[in-house]
Amino acid sequence: MKFTDSLAKLVSNLSWAARVGLFSLSVFALAALFAPIVSPYDPHEIVGDVWEPLSANFLLGTDQLGRDLLSRLIYGARNTFFIAGAATLLSFFMGTFIGFLAAVSGGKTDQLLSRVNDLMMAIPTLIFALVVLSVLPANMIVLILVMGILDSTRVFRLSRAVAVDIVVMDFVESARLRGEKTLWIIFREILPNALSPLFAEFGLRFAFAVLFLSTLSFLGLGIQPPDADWGSMVKENKDGIVFGIPAALIPAAAIAILTISINLVVDSILSRTSSLKGGR
Amino acid sequence: MPVPHFLEVSNLEITASINMPGDIPKKITLVDNISFKLKRGEVIGLIGESGAGKSTIGLAALGYARSGCAISGGSIKINGTDILQLPTKARNKMRGTQVAYVAQSAAAAFNPAHRISDQVIEEAVVHRLMSKTEALAYADDLYEKLGLPDPKNFGRRYPHQVSGGQLQRAMTVMALCAKPDLIIFDEPTTALDVTTQIEVLATIKNAIKDTGVAALYITHDLAVVAQVSDYIMVLRHGKMVEFGSTDQIINHAQQQYTQELVSIRAMEKEEQAAPDSRPLLQVSHIDAAYDGLNKVLEDVTLHLHAGQTLSIVGESGSGKSTLARVITGLLPPLQGSIVFNGIELSAGLKNRDLEQLRELQMIYQMADVAMNPRHTIGQIIGRPIEFYHGTKGAQKRRETIELLDQIELGEQYIDRYPAELSGGQKQRVCIARALAAKPSLIICDEVTSALDPLVADGILQLLMDLQKEHNYAYLFITHDLATVKAISDSIAVMYQGSLVRFGQKSKVLSPPFDDYTQMLLSSVPEMELGWLERILASRTMQSADN
Repeated sequence: MKFTDSLAKLVSNLSWAARVGLFSLSVFALAALFAPIVSPYDPHEIVGDVWEPLSANFLLGTDQLGRDLLSRLIYGARNTFFIAGAATLLSFFMGTFIGFLAAVSGGKTDQLLSRVNDLMMAIPTLIFALVVLSVLPANMIVLILVMGILDSTRVFRLSRAVAVDIVVMDFVESARLRGEKTLWIIFREILPNALSPLFAEFGLRFAFAVLFLSTLSFLGLGIQPPDADWGSMVKENKDGIVFGIPAALIPAAAIAILTISINLVVDSILSRTSSLKGGR
Repeated sequence: MPVPHFLEVSNLEITASINMPGDIPKKITLVDNISFKLKRGEVIGLIGESGAGKSTIGLAALGYARSGCAISGGSIKINGTDILQLPTKARNKMRGTQVAYVAQSAAAAFNPAHRISDQVIEEAVVHRLMSKTEALAYADDLYEKLGLPDPKNFGRRYPHQVSGGQLQRAMTVMALCAKPDLIIFDEPTTALDVTTQIEVLATIKNAIKDTGVAALYITHDLAVVAQVSDYIMVLRHGKMVEFGSTDQIINHAQQQYTQELVSIRAMEKEEQAAPDSRPLLQVSHIDAAYDGLNKVLEDVTLHLHAGQTLSIVGESGSGKSTLARVITGLLPPLQGSIVFNGIELSAGLKNRDLEQLRELQMIYQMADVAMNPRHTIGQIIGRPIEFYHGTKGAQKRRETIELLDQIELGEQYIDRYPAELSGGQKQRVCIARALAAKPSLIICDEVTSALDPLVADGILQLLMDLQKEHNYAYLFITHDLATVKAISDSIAVMYQGSLVRFGQKSKVLSPPFDDYTQMLLSSVPEMELGWLERILASRTMQSADN
């Protein structure tokens, strides 16, 4: 059982904060994965009164139509995780590749890519997304593409900055003297040395993607009803706050816990890999 | 009545705790049981390789240990008081007023945003030893004494407006300004060119003599320390190897390690005559510039025969590394031609074919950054084998191990990462990477300057052995004349971008010299007492003649 051994070793290296973060992340992930099994009710079925308080029947109460909040939260996690994860991955593949390419090529290619990127960044992300999403059909693929591409501008910035520092090192020059191609230099020489900062950024970007998706859903451009993600659940239940009903705060708290957990894990891994001698 | 000792260090022990994540914290001893005494007006030289604990001892004399280190035993008495027992405030007051420190890199020690004088007098003013006007006047005095140009206005300049050697002297002024009784010089001339080093050395020596301070002089260069100190302590791995008067250590060393240090530059290569055949590398009338305007190289012409070594010597800024970049194709020249093996190489890297790239390999000064830290040694050496020769799998591994054996490391290193190797081992791996391409010319850019002398000697020996066996030609770039003597067949001396002198070693190194070569050759410290005085005296006589 080599895999479990190495997993146990990885966990034992983590700080307590990171273990807490990892624990809550796995709870969220498992719940999302096994949603049909663990959720007590169908998320779209009206099972009780409007805004019922927490009880043994409805652990987190019911929403504005009388659907079980816990079940919707569990199914919503699926959407939140999948869309935010896919968008972040897309932004990373695009952003790092183009960023490294700009750094390795230098000169005119670098200028062109960087200025186009600046142009994209000059438009506020949310407004850009609102405009694009209101024109395009509202489905999951479009949502992921829009989020991923907009986010890749940030990743481009970071990866280019990291790579520019690495490109001037002698080992890259030595690879160039050897006659290596650009792709080899990007993937073999630069990428392994840029992983730590990129990994840290990945955690942060994922957290931002969750928040951004929640924002879009809150504004009605993200996940469409009757499906839910955590952001749209906040929106649906927000009117209850006026009457002292906490239903909107529960999905909001879930977003907060998820974001914090990710950061705890990332911080710990980052401090380990960026320490001078410990990491590799 | 005997003169009391000003500094008394006894049984000093310094430990550091290493706290690697995932590992149990462990303690290592950096400095073990070191004792010495120092009177006013005396200089003790601390000498050893990197990691010998020299700087750690120097800083301990200030009552200071770097973060992570702790002075764990022994006592350090200054003027009879044990400074380790003093409260922090009293210790801070002692630093700068009684004990001062001159760091290796003056450029890094001066704040670039403040004028030199403001920093030089800070210590004296902060501790209220002098008023600001008094301190400024005293500093001007010292500038004059230490031979700095235009002493009245020197202090009003900013650090970037003076040269490296001048800044190092300004730092000595800074140390002297608060009139301390003990100065610690931590490698003050290591970062300087030889011709500058000699001026700074003379300055330091005079300053010590004039002010009658005690001094600790830390360096790795035995020839330098022999010029300034009365006693020498040889250190290795934090322990004392030998202690004695300078004469004893230089002329009658007892320990084997000390003898090795003294005799280190005995190696000398038998010069091979240039064959009449076509040279392997012919560089003709090269001009080069980084911005297209200011020429860094001007009309450089030289050649190198197969199997021979050409050394390019010069101070920093003389254009020797730029020449290497031009030859490799990293910097296309403005004009001129490079003919390699009878074929003219195209100026830019992109237009050269794989075979040309393979024939010409390069070894860098800093082995640390010349290897990808996330590749294993096997990957680093194996890549050129696969890339140029298409060898894969078991055969590639076999050839990699063969190369590892050639560089005297062996198979067990194949899966290690560069960070697990020592400086000398890293440089050996870089050599193996160059060899893996099976080149005919290897450009060595200051390959031994970052290494300790004994390690550097091993690397040079290895390069020479490989040359004998495989007939490689070396283009050896260095600022170290001892290395040049040890390995070259022909020598090129460069100064400010042009070639001053080029020819067979015996010709270049024998008179009549041009002015620059003369100065360069005479500035290399020799392991001999009184060398500094002799050279300075001969230079004054020359300038009197002129």
